[in-house]
Amino acid sequence: MAAPAQSVAVPAISPRLLVLSAVSVALLLLLAYLVGFDQGAVSQSGMFLHELMHDGRHLLGVPCH
Amino acid sequence: MRTFGSLLVRGLIVGLFAGLLAGTFAYVTGEPHVDAAIAIEEAASGGHTHDHGDEHATPAAEEEEPLVSRDGQRAGLFLATSLYGVALGGIFAVGFTLLRRKLRTANDGYAALGLAAAGFVGIVLVPFLKYPPNPPAVGDPETITKRTITYLLTIVIGLLAVWAGVALSRWAARYGDIARLGGFVAGLLVTVVAAYLILPRINEVPDTFPATLLWQFRFASLGTQATLWLLLGFGYAAAVARRPSEQKVNA
Repeated sequence: MAAPAQSVAVPAISPRLLVLSAVSVALLLLLAYLVGFDQGAVSQSGMFLHELMHDGRHLLGVPCH
Repeated sequence: MRTFGSLLVRGLIVGLFAGLLAGTFAYVTGEPHVDAAIAIEEAASGGHTHDHGDEHATPAAEEEEPLVSRDGQRAGLFLATSLYGVALGGIFAVGFTLLRRKLRTANDGYAALGLAAAGFVGIVLVPFLKYPPNPPAVGDPETITKRTITYLLTIVIGLLAVWAGVALSRWAARYGDIARLGGFVAGLLVTVVAAYLILPRINEVPDTFPATLLWQFRFASLGTQATLWLLLGFGYAAAVARRPSEQKVNA
């Protein structure tokens, strides 16, 4: 097994890293919201995307109607 | 060292593929049960289509076209699992970046697998056991807000429970390996059982709904999530792994 110092392949924690992380997670949560919970408010497509992803939502285990 | 962007992009790509394959699993194992559930729903409501957009429609308006056809929803399944996979893969990558140093292993691959196992237990298994997912035709539209909030709460509680398990196992490690494992199990289970007792009970399955179909659907749903997390864990482990042979080949 390699020495820990070489294997830890992530950047050091810094304010910049934390801001990047927070922005990324916020955008990705919005995407997950679009799949799991949106009923037109975010997608601005009426119920179209909601209905399109209906089966996926059920099978991913998200509560639905 | 890998940059934040490189770690994130790897997560997004692995998540996309994991989502597509989870969608394939769901299509094969889950769609027949979704169809069967919708058939029951339509029989019960006298031909009323399965479509939220029709909620205001009177039973006489059953001729109205649904917003998305059943074939469209079957294709949309892949869109849903892919987008969900991308989102999850990205969040997983950020979690890996921030938590890597806290994970006591020198191997990035083991770290990714451990994180995926923790995520599956906290985000999938804990919510599943309290509020098992339901097929179409089960579930009261009136309570969707309550069910959504309690579902999201179980995700938060699941992640807290994993954290409690890890914290207790690290404290108990001084008493030996069995104590370390016992600490993990105790921290996890005590948190989960306490939360299950406090959270409201929700059971909206109609008495007439076939139990076999219900559980076939639920296991297909669990299998979909398991596929997604397994592929995400092993895929990300492979994506961040350093191959010692690379340098030799390039040299």
